[in-house]
Amino acid sequence: MRLRVNGREFDEEPRAGQCLRTFLRGLGWFGVKKGCDAGDCGACTVHVDGEPVHSCLYPALRARDRAVTTVEGLAPADGELHRVQRGFLDAQGFQCGFCTAGFLMTTAALDDDKRADLPRAFKGNLCRCTGYRAIEDAVRGVKHTEEPAPGESVGRNLPAPAGPQVVTGTARYTFDVAVDGLLHLKILRSPHPHARIRAIDTTRALAVPGVRAVLTHHDAPERLFSTARHEHPEEDPDDTRVLDDVVRYVGQRVAAVVADSEAAAEEGCRRVEVDYEELPYVIDPEEAMRPGAPVIHPKGDEARIARPQDNVVGETHGEVGDVEAGFAQSDVLHEQTFRTQRVQHASLETHGAVAWFEGDFDAPDGRLVVRSSTQTPFLTRRALCTLYDLPQEKVRVVAGRVGGGFGGKQEMLVEDIVVLAALRTRRPVKLEYTRPEQFFGATTRHPFTIEVKAGASRDGLLKSMRMRIVSNTGAYGNHGPAVLFHGCGESFAVYRCPNKKVDGYAVYTNTVPAGAFRGYGLGQVVFAVESVMDELARRLDLDPMEFRRRNIIAADEEMIAPGGVEEDLHIGSYGLDTCVEVVRRAIAEPDHGEAPPDGWLVGQGAALSMIATGPPGGHIADARVVLQPDGGYELSVGTAEFGNGTTTVHRQIAAGELGTTVDRVTIRQSDTDVVRHDTGAFGSTGTVVAGKATLRASQALAALVLDFAAQHLGVARESCAMAEDAVVCAGRRVPLKELYEAARTADRELAADGHFGGTPRSVAFNAQWFRVAVDPASGEIRILRSVHAADAGQVMNPMQCRGQVEGGVAQALGATLFEEVVVDERGAVTTAAFRRYHLPTYADTPRTEVHFTPTRDAIGPLGAKSMSESPFNPVAPALANALRDATGVRFTRLPLTRDRVWLGLRDHGVAREA
Amino acid sequence: MDLGTVTQMRDARRREQWRPGDAYLGGGTYLFSEPQPHIRRLVDLGSMGWEPLEVTPDGLVIAATCTVAQLNRFTAPPGWQACHPLIEQCCRSFLASFKIWNMATVGGNICNALPAGPMISLTAALEGEATLLALDGGVRRLPVAEFVTGNGRKVLREGELLRSVTLPTYALRSRTAFRQGSLHRLGRSAALVIGRHDPADGSFTLTVTASTPRPVRLWFPLPPAAAQLRAALEQAVPPGAWFDDIYGLPEWRRHLTLRFAEEIRAELTTAPVAPGEE
Repeated sequence: MRLRVNGREFDEEPRAGQCLRTFLRGLGWFGVKKGCDAGDCGACTVHVDGEPVHSCLYPALRARDRAVTTVEGLAPADGELHRVQRGFLDAQGFQCGFCTAGFLMTTAALDDDKRADLPRAFKGNLCRCTGYRAIEDAVRGVKHTEEPAPGESVGRNLPAPAGPQVVTGTARYTFDVAVDGLLHLKILRSPHPHARIRAIDTTRALAVPGVRAVLTHHDAPERLFSTARHEHPEEDPDDTRVLDDVVRYVGQRVAAVVADSEAAAEEGCRRVEVDYEELPYVIDPEEAMRPGAPVIHPKGDEARIARPQDNVVGETHGEVGDVEAGFAQSDVLHEQTFRTQRVQHASLETHGAVAWFEGDFDAPDGRLVVRSSTQTPFLTRRALCTLYDLPQEKVRVVAGRVGGGFGGKQEMLVEDIVVLAALRTRRPVKLEYTRPEQFFGATTRHPFTIEVKAGASRDGLLKSMRMRIVSNTGAYGNHGPAVLFHGCGESFAVYRCPNKKVDGYAVYTNTVPAGAFRGYGLGQVVFAVESVMDELARRLDLDPMEFRRRNIIAADEEMIAPGGVEEDLHIGSYGLDTCVEVVRRAIAEPDHGEAPPDGWLVGQGAALSMIATGPPGGHIADARVVLQPDGGYELSVGTAEFGNGTTTVHRQIAAGELGTTVDRVTIRQSDTDVVRHDTGAFGSTGTVVAGKATLRASQALAALVLDFAAQHLGVARESCAMAEDAVVCAGRRVPLKELYEAARTADRELAADGHFGGTPRSVAFNAQWFRVAVDPASGEIRILRSVHAADAGQVMNPMQCRGQVEGGVAQALGATLFEEVVVDERGAVTTAAFRRYHLPTYADTPRTEVHFTPTRDAIGPLGAKSMSESPFNPVAPALANALRDATGVRFTRLPLTRDRVWLGLRDHGVAREA
Repeated sequence: MDLGTVTQMRDARRREQWRPGDAYLGGGTYLFSEPQPHIRRLVDLGSMGWEPLEVTPDGLVIAATCTVAQLNRFTAPPGWQACHPLIEQCCRSFLASFKIWNMATVGGNICNALPAGPMISLTAALEGEATLLALDGGVRRLPVAEFVTGNGRKVLREGELLRSVTLPTYALRSRTAFRQGSLHRLGRSAALVIGRHDPADGSFTLTVTASTPRPVRLWFPLPPAAAQLRAALEQAVPPGAWFDDIYGLPEWRRHLTLRFAEEIRAELTTAPVAPGEE
């Protein structure tokens, strides 16, 4: 079949059932992305004869004799960017960039009418990172990026280093590599919520042409591990096998088929015959804790499960003061139960990995390379080596650009089976999750049930707060205990209250496992705490923000959770009062937003939250900066870039310390070859931990370069200063290129390392406020105004940090208003597609005004604090509080979908039935 | 997505024996959006060359292969007031974007027989008659509202093909009113209700889709009173018969439908606003 792609002629025959997306990628056009493979997300948008289409739905054979344009062909041939590409670069209308090609190709196809109605024009394009404001600015030609200037980088809107690659479709994500002789892996998954595998017959699967291997529990190591990745593996229970002879949820791996093509592997999966002995199952965590419930993990102490017989994987019990006495002293009490649902991360790039060999693996220098969509390359290497008894030098783990994470990739969900297949076949192997697999074969946010009782005195002071928390960790305990513990920390500690108590349980059920998710348990508990704070204030007839102001901890106060005080956690800077003030100012301002429609109810509500700027127990980063022959610098960091923007910040830090411009700093990253260790890009540590290591390495190199320059020229060290591309010594300019040569002649390398262990830690603060209008006739909630205050310390890059906040608010709005991974009575996921699991679209997402507090942290690098997970946390309660204010009805269960809101209003007599 | 089990694509113009595992390929926007492990061969309607939209003395003939984009661009002859804005309103009720409209076909949407299929809403409301071609060349015709029999269910027999839908002139000359409700802004329909007032005979027809598993049609010789319409609707859709899926709870869908029905009745029983007066 002949066709023209980006002006080049091709003559290749597609398969009969092939879609244009995979056909184009097979021709090497990796700019065409797979977000959903079902027509919902638009990441694969291309033009066919000038018309935009979703190439995942377009039969490849229909492209015969047609002209196809992908993002790689968008720019005119003269080397300039297309105006749309320039717009996305100038506004930095992307974060991870995985959806960007689709947005570019769609935007380029809009006529004036469509451009005037972007909510409708972008119906078929999903972005999970940005919250769409930056995309709107990109389309409208608003420029945010600044030009680099020597030494002045912190606090400036310098662009992401990968921007030019992102907008031209040349950034290389996990699967954007061509590997010779690649085999494809597909997974057969359990149809039962709990079953023992009596027998597996792989004969018919192995007979499928192209099938190279079928792996079952007989092939898997006996060793138990956790898919969760933490610096200290003992934080998670060892309850998982690569392939197990017991399956514990619908969707769990049963077997893996490795074949020459995905189609053959799929056919192999259909032909594996499994004899299951079905076992009793339980999907409700309260039922799972009752005597007589099926025991999901009958394992010994070595698995580190708190109470296996009761299905409790982790628990926490703590009390400071005496909560019962506190209730007795209270003038008002409020008691309520809150529920949060299962939510999926929905990063646009799915999970997956490609493994191949460098050299002969059995030779001393041969090794295995694993390219993975991961937030934790170093921890994944460590886990793989432990699992398969390999020395670390035999395994290299690399992340390309990662297409979104949100915590979902702080897991080893695919690398273990890919490596098993590669070791078995001694061939390169790829596993790329489908979008449905993301829903039933990966992880979700932990659903929480939180029973709160709180009391306050008439003068508006909190007296006592008690919570019983049950989190549903699903069939495996990855992150279960840690998420529960984190949920019970800063949520309590942000308020001064003499009596606090918690009983928390992370519980196994026969459902898809939960895992790490942006906010890591805090958002769930903050939903309950901030809803109750709002109710208490109403009972006291106090303005809820005034009530909060009276009870928040002060800058010099201890942060006390029911479990006590965390020794390495400090208030390194304090912007909480300012966050509260930002909200109070917004409330006081006259409405300048959208006017509510007639008959709608209007209200406003707020919430605040605190988060530690890193996980407890240490978080390690190494960085290395090396002067290059051309006089530039190379910065190596371990941490991954998945749209969080830390690469931009690292480069800014290095450029600032070295007195140069960001474009003279090149970066190598997320590769176990480049530095000694890096715990990973999670726990909001990219700026404060890896950034601090970068700062230290850069400072050390600057000192080294100055020492060497002084020595080289025979002048006083004090007379020397770093400049853009030179060292200036007593008025004389020595180019860095020359210094590099001089050092090389002297057999010296001008390089320096930096290290940070992630402790001590500070805290960051956020507050969110909404004004909403609610239609009692339909249950629709319209956000009239959204204001967010963020205390990120010294904001390293306001444009990017604003994007993090906007994206966090948008993602949280999804979890507040629509998103829910629904499971049926057997725990099977029924919402395994974007058309069934509604992500916020351009049309759904309001603009949020972002205000940063003028703080500077004593602990974080150059005064910076984290601002990646935390904007998510106050959003749900702020919206529920606004809804309460508008309607008088307290909603305690998420999501607040129109149908449920309408039913709630009807049941309380606020809405009338037609 | 790739359909791994499909090993052949044949042009539907070539007369070949229909086999188990054959499936007609219209725009592909549904077929390629979900795994189809039962399909072995695609019978491609892409080269049939059927005129997408034909204005005839009987009305408008929409070929099954007419794309949503082509339908949306249709300019109606004078007097066919039902076409605008109803066609666009229905096209816009697709969850899918305008890019999908370039590929998706009217016939494909109807044959999917989903409660929220907006081409079903449109053609059922405008008295559309489906023309079906059997493998043996036999032709049968039936109303679109009867073509769809339930959620994803339709009367098509093995190998039978939806050729076209004809919207009769009298329906196209009617006044229409449209309401759609969804869980999300610009989202998939939870209730889609269309009213049609025929100026020729004064009759009033209400077509309910999305909130019921299949189209529900109510015909009145004259516009009904509010209570009469409501009673007829509640009789046609008893409690428990409202559609229940993740796009909306049945009670809420019932409420929206009753509300929309009354709004439509009120709209169509007031005198139309002449062009220029708005």
